Order: sequence, then C-alpha cells, then structure tokens
Amino acid sequence: MNDLLWLWILLGVVVLVGGGAALLVPRSRRRGTTTRDESAPTGTAPPSVPDAVVAPGTAAPGTVPPSTPGMAVPDVVEPEAPALETPEPAAGRMVRLRDRLARSGSPLGARLLSVLSRDHLTEDDWDELEETLLLADIGAGPAGELLDALRTRVRVLGVRDAASVRALLREELLAIVDPSLDRAVTTTGPVGEDGARLPAVVLVVGVNGTGKTTTVGKLARVLVAQDRTVVLGAADTFRAAAADQLQTWGSRVGVQTVRSDRDGADPAAVAFDAVKKGRADGTDVVLVDTAGRLQNKAGLMDELGKITRVITREAPLAEVLLVLDATTGQNGLNQARVFGEVAGVTGIVLTKLDGTAKGGIVVAVQRELGVPVKLVGLGEGPDDLAPFDAEQFVDGLLG
Amino acid sequence: MFNSLSDRLTSTFKNLRGRGRLSEADIDATVREIRRALLDADVAVPVVRQFTASVRERALSAEVSGALNPAQQVVKIVNDELVGILGGETRALQLAKTPPTVIMLAGLQGAGKTTLAGKLGLALKEQGHTPLLVAADLQRPNAVTQLSVVAERAGVPVFAPHPGNQGMETDAVIGDPVGVARQGVAEARAKQHDVVIVDTAGRLGVDQVLMQQAADIRDAVTPDEVLFVIDAMIGQDAVATAQAFLAGVDFTGVVLSKLDGDARGGAALSVATVTGRPIMFASTGEKLTDFEVFHPDRMASRILDMGDVLTLIEQAERAFDAGEAEKMAAKVASGEDFTLSDFLVQMQQMKKLGSMKKMLGMLPGMAQMRDQLENFDEREVDRVQAIIQSMTPAERDNPKIINGSRRARIARGSGQTTSAVNGLLDRFTQAQKMMRQMGKGGGLPGMPGGMPGMPGMPGMPGGGKKSRGKQAPAKAKKGKSGNPAKRAQQEREAMAKALGGGVAPSSAPGSAFGMGGAKGAQPTEQDLANLELPAGFDKLLGGR
Repeated sequence: MNDLLWLWILLGVVVLVGGGAALLVPRSRRRGTTTRDESAPTGTAPPSVPDAVVAPGTAAPGTVPPSTPGMAVPDVVEPEAPALETPEPAAGRMVRLRDRLARSGSPLGARLLSVLSRDHLTEDDWDELEETLLLADIGAGPAGELLDALRTRVRVLGVRDAASVRALLREELLAIVDPSLDRAVTTTGPVGEDGARLPAVVLVVGVNGTGKTTTVGKLARVLVAQDRTVVLGAADTFRAAAADQLQTWGSRVGVQTVRSDRDGADPAAVAFDAVKKGRADGTDVVLVDTAGRLQNKAGLMDELGKITRVITREAPLAEVLLVLDATTGQNGLNQARVFGEVAGVTGIVLTKLDGTAKGGIVVAVQRELGVPVKLVGLGEGPDDLAPFDAEQFVDGLLG
Repeated sequence: MFNSLSDRLTSTFKNLRGRGRLSEADIDATVREIRRALLDADVAVPVVRQFTASVRERALSAEVSGALNPAQQVVKIVNDELVGILGGETRALQLAKTPPTVIMLAGLQGAGKTTLAGKLGLALKEQGHTPLLVAADLQRPNAVTQLSVVAERAGVPVFAPHPGNQGMETDAVIGDPVGVARQGVAEARAKQHDVVIVDTAGRLGVDQVLMQQAADIRDAVTPDEVLFVIDAMIGQDAVATAQAFLAGVDFTGVVLSKLDGDARGGAALSVATVTGRPIMFASTGEKLTDFEVFHPDRMASRILDMGDVLTLIEQAERAFDAGEAEKMAAKVASGEDFTLSDFLVQMQQMKKLGSMKKMLGMLPGMAQMRDQLENFDEREVDRVQAIIQSMTPAERDNPKIINGSRRARIARGSGQTTSAVNGLLDRFTQAQKMMRQMGKGGGLPGMPGGMPGMPGMPGMPGGGKKSRGKQAPAKAKKGKSGNPAKRAQQEREAMAKALGGGVAPSSAPGSAFGMGGAKGAQPTEQDLANLELPAGFDKLLGGR
C-alpha cells in the first residue's frame, strides 16, 4: 500500500512513548538491567502446594499453608486439642523438620535441608517426569513449577522411588484440576422481572475449527434427552454452510434453529432473535453458536462483545462455553484469556479428546484463570459429549 | 509476551562482558533458554531435544566464542538452523505431465481443509489453470454444502455427486468417498480440467477405519500431491499426527493454516523435522485470497518470538487508509512540514491496529524500552489526541504560534496540565525535525546502528545515542530486492513458481499474491525507495 507506514509508526513511537533519544537512553539502560534479572531463568516462583495433598505421616501440620521458599515462615498457631493430645510418632518428626526448613526462605535453611535430605531420584527420572508433562501440552513454565514444588516435597518426605513420585505428581495435578469443582452446565434460567422464567442462554465461542457447531449440536441432544426444550441460534453467519450444519443437528432431534436468511448477516441480531424466540416460546435453554474467531482479531472480538451485550438485553447469559481443541498447544492459554476478557467465559469444552492429544493446556488455563473444563468431546458420534472427569483426565495426562 | 528469546539470551550473556571465552556453563544456560523458547512455541519435545543438541554443538565451536557479541551470534545460529530446517527443501507444486493433476487434501478435523480447497482453487485459477473441486468429505454434516459455497465464491466448479452427511446417518463411514474421488478425476478428464483438488474428511491419526479410507482414496486417484493441512496452533500432538498421516497417506507437502492467529507455530518445525516434508503454503486468514507461499525466515523469527516487523507492516497495511497514506507520502516527498493535524490522523489510524503496546512490542530492538512499554498507558493515546483536538486548526498547522495563554487554554480544553502540553510540543518538534531531515534524504539522525539483539534490523530512535554493544553487520537477505516494486514482482513470481511453473505470470498484475505490486510505480514511492537510509531499512521499505 504505502511504504511510508514504518515512518509513521516510528514517529508515533517518538511522540507517544515519551520523548527523544537523549531522554530515553540513560533511563532505559538502568531499568533494563533490573528487568533482565527478573526475567532470568525459571523457577523463582514455586507454586503453592495445595493443602489437600498432605502426605501420610504429616498429619498434624495438615492445615499449614503451602510451602513457599520465597516467603517467610508464617507463625503457625497449632489449634489447641480439646482433650488428650496424641504425640506424633517419632518417625514423622524428621519430615516435619525438613518441611519447616523447606519453607524457611533463608539460605541456612536451604543448606540444612540439603544436608538432612537426599534426592534419591536420578536426573533421568526427573527428566522423564518433565517430558511426560511437556508431551501433554502442559507447557514449559507450569511443568517446571510443578516439578520444582514436587522436588521439594520429595525431599521433605524422603520418597525414594520414581513410582511414588509419579503418584505424588498425580496428586498435585489432581489438586490443580480440582475434582470437587462445580462443573455442571447451568441450564436453568433466572426468573425475569415479570415473574416468568427466562431461558438459560448458553453462548458457545472459540477459534476456528475447534468444533463449536458440533458441540452445540451434541449439547442440544443431551438437553433434549433430559426433556428440556431447546432453541438453537445460528449466529455463525460467516462460514459457508455453518447455519445449515447447525440446522441439520437441530432437525435430528426436533429442535428449532433460528438463522438469518442470508450469509453475512449481523450475528448479534441472529443471537438476539434466537433468545427472543426462546423467551417468547418459554423454552428452557437457548444455545447460541458463534463463528470461529482468532483471539487476536480485534474487530471480531468486538463483534463477540456486541453479541454478548445484545443477548443480555433479552436474558442474562447463563453460561459462556469456550470450545478448546485438545490438540491446541500453548496458544490455548491466550485464547482462554482473551475470550475470557471479552465474553466472560464460564466453562471450557475440550473437544477431540479421542485422538492422541492430551489437552494438558487446560491445566494451565484452570491454574491461571480458574475456568474449569465442563464438558469433553470424545468423537464424531452424535452422542460423544461427556461430562469432564478430573481423575480420568489426569490419568490420561500421565499415561 | 515481552520476553523474547533475544532478550533472555542477552540477559544470560550479560555477565559475560570482558571475559573472552564462553564457558560450558554459559552454553548450557543458553541452550536452556533456547529450549524453553522452543517449548513455549509448541515445538514437540523430541524435536526440541534434537534441535538444541545441534545448536549446542555449533555454539561450542569457535564461531561463537570468537564473536564480538556471543548473544547475537547464538541467536543467529539458532535462526539459521531454524530456517535451514523449515526452508530446507522448498519446492513448487508438482503438476502432472498429462493433466489432470490431482491434489489431495488431508488433515485433522477443523484444520481448514475445505477452506483451503477454495483458496487453492482460486490461486490456481488465477494462474490460468482450470481447477475442479471434488467433495469427498461426506462425513461432517454439510461439509459438501460448505465446499460448494466456497467453490462458488472462488468461481471454481465443484463436483459433488453425493450430498454427504445430512444429519440422518450415524454410520462410522458415510457414502463412498473413494468412489466420489475416482469419479471426480474421471469427470475432470472428461471436462478437461487440468487440476483436481480432492477435499477429504477430517480424521484422527488413531482412527484406523478412516485412515484406511484415506489411503484408499489415495490409491484410487493416485494424486500428484498430497497436502497435509495442519493448524498452526497445534501443540505436542503435531508429531504423532504428522507421523500417522505420513504412514497413512504419505503426504508430499504441508500447509500451515491459521497463521494469522497469534500462535507461534512451533508445529511447523516439528512437522518439518519429523517428516522431512516441505512446508509449501501458509493460510493466513478467512478470505479466499489469504493464502501465500510459506516464508521460512519469517516463521523462524516467529517461533523464536523475535520482533516481527514484516507482520507489523502487513497489519498496518490492512488497517491504514490508503488515501491518507498517499497524501502523507506526497507531503513528505514535497518537503512540506509534518504538522500536528497529520499526526492526529496518523494516530487515529494507528489506533485501528489494536493495542499500542502489542504493536510496539513487535518492533525489533524494543527490548531496551520494554519496561517503559510495560508502563505505557494505552490511554496516553487518547490524552494526546485530546490535546491536539483542543488546538485550533491554525495552531495545529503551525505549533510555533502557541504561546503561554494558548497553552493554558489547550491544557484546560483537554483536561491536561500545561506541562503535558509542553511535553507533547517538545516531542513533536523533535519528530518534525527528524521528518524534515528524512525528507531531505539524510537518513535518520542519531541512529548509528541498529539496536542490539536483532542483527541486521534497524534501530529505533532513542536506541542508539551511544551504540550499545557491538553490532553484527546488517546482512542483506539474499534474493530479495530492496525495491518494493521489484520485491512485489519477485513475490508474485515465487507464488507462480510454487503453483507449478506459472502459466501466466506476467498476466496477473492484480493477482491475489501480488497485492499492491502495481502501486510500486508511483513516483513518490520510488523516490523514497532511493533515499539513503541506513542499512537494514530496505527490509522495512520493502514492506513484504
């Protein structure tokens, strides 16, 4: 188009980012050094060890907050036992001491710990564990942090064989995935101002080709099987034949699909119409399928923002499901973050788990953003949509 | 996000200054950083291991320890190795000696095969071929309809005898895709289409039934090219999938799709390393024209998360208003002064590009300003805009007339302090001075060299009052012209070549792949291209 663009940008930078060369250089140099230090190698911020996984033998300090070597030792107030105290077995005391040492941030504590405990595992064992995590797409950062925490625990507990370390790792992962989390998809709408029950609006979002339309189709089948009335909204007005694909899914189970009569219509309008129809008909659930959009396309994300805004005029969003492909790598975190900001994602549907991909990125997503996986897609069959099972998933990651 | 490999390597090497040699430990630290960068880019673990081993070997050799700036030297080695693997065997689409040429597309579900069929059809059509799309994806509901619509948009005929899955079928295999593919080729022969593009259903590597079906389709139509379409966002599974498809359909080339996303696309490296098959095309958007020849060098910097000026420029080209840009160009060429109102327009255009922070982060050598960028308030743009908008047109054209009381008025009008107004005016005067010098063809002042961390890339103003560290000499990209018009021409030819020799390369000045090429003829732009700019600017000027 024009070759002056770079020049424009250049000037913009000068004027905006604060000034001429002379001003910048000394400052940036000084500060540059500090950031570099911070960005230096991994593992300076170990993750918390969740309380849920206190190993046998350390019964008493079970309520002690997670060990973080970077922090000062908190003063732990032992709860007063009401009656008789059972003293700890002598064998557990060493573990306790090491535990305290591990948590003391001082170099002396660290040194003492290394004297008192030995790492019985070889580097190969650790590498193997790390590789398992990396191969499952958990990501280099989270994998490193998980293993650092695990190393400390292994030292504290004096675990000797790789198999039990693996079991510990499973516990840690399970604690992150948190099986106790509520993973039900909300399908009961709130009661409106006029006393009538509003439909529960479920908006399905995601990048291209993750299986949004298929997920909506499968979800409609699940809901129909539970005797709930459903309306589908084909707000994917962009991709060729997307609305047809959705309508096909709907017609199989006798569910109506609201769609525009032409391609390229305003998706927000279609979504609005669908919710309006759902409200007028008194249906239980309105499922809105949206077009796939890459999270770095500002225009498309704005469009999604508009869809959510417009829908909430008619009925509040009960659920915003982000469809993530299990094959997705580290970009999945970006996707979850951006879609979360724009549409307020409340749950994740992990699709294509029937392949060889493990979908470990959702661990990072849940860890960073707290958004749980609610459903998993297990194949091309119409009823291959299942609730998420944390234990199975973690076993899959390590398996 | 602001932790590119070159930054991290620079920090690894920062204690090194003064010492002559790199120790083993230094190299280990470096390799660790490279490994981390690759893993973050989703390069598969076995590939990372292999890759770092070879980088390590080279890093231990004399070329690094003898280099003036080891960090840069290592980055360069990594970059070279990456480009070597990614672009090792680029080759053109093989066309059959006796038409029709059969191209088969295969890949996972949702990789973008059907869309790619349309893009490939359109590209081939523009090269003077007469492609026929064959709908052999009978599995996914309405995939056939989608292909028909895509074909219609591309203006390419489609062969779809079977309606495909209409939603009623629940069998594992629907219809007879093998038969459809075979008939499609026969149809093409009868109707004298010289290229047949067979769109197949998405399938998983572990699905024995469907993989066998794909192999059957392959055997039935004996394709000249089997293109494996893979999503740039794919993670560690890339290797397993690629191997399964290699075993199943023995693909001959790879297409990387969804490269317009912000995934770093390590899959490209994984697939290229594991299978040894070349990556031929990249699909970069939802429009049918968003399809290009794969650029190994750009992909390398992307995987390493180095600033990507080319991507930035492409985004800018998309967002900027052509008319305004031309006006601007004319203005600079005629030696007129850059005024505040020009700046206002420019800023509004820049806002369209999205987050300023992200954009600035893409500029190479921004490492030094990174923390300032981190603190940069996006609303600063709005504030500056408010200040300018509080000026009268006369003031905008000639900021010199702004005296004390005018300053006070502007500050009041924009809700800013007088010192903010002063600051803006000061910075603007500097920018104006720079612009003037550039208009005269004197190059950018105060820029003796590029910024460290990116060999061969231009520096930013503010980067090099004192040149920091030693600069690697800017190396000229071989085979690419600095002249934009020529570059565009080369690009077009590359596409034509990649599509199999190009039936009519010269007849496509407005072809999808020579975007903007015709504009290179404008005199103003030519003048600019001839400006004496510091080495390395040719890349920026070249635009693409």
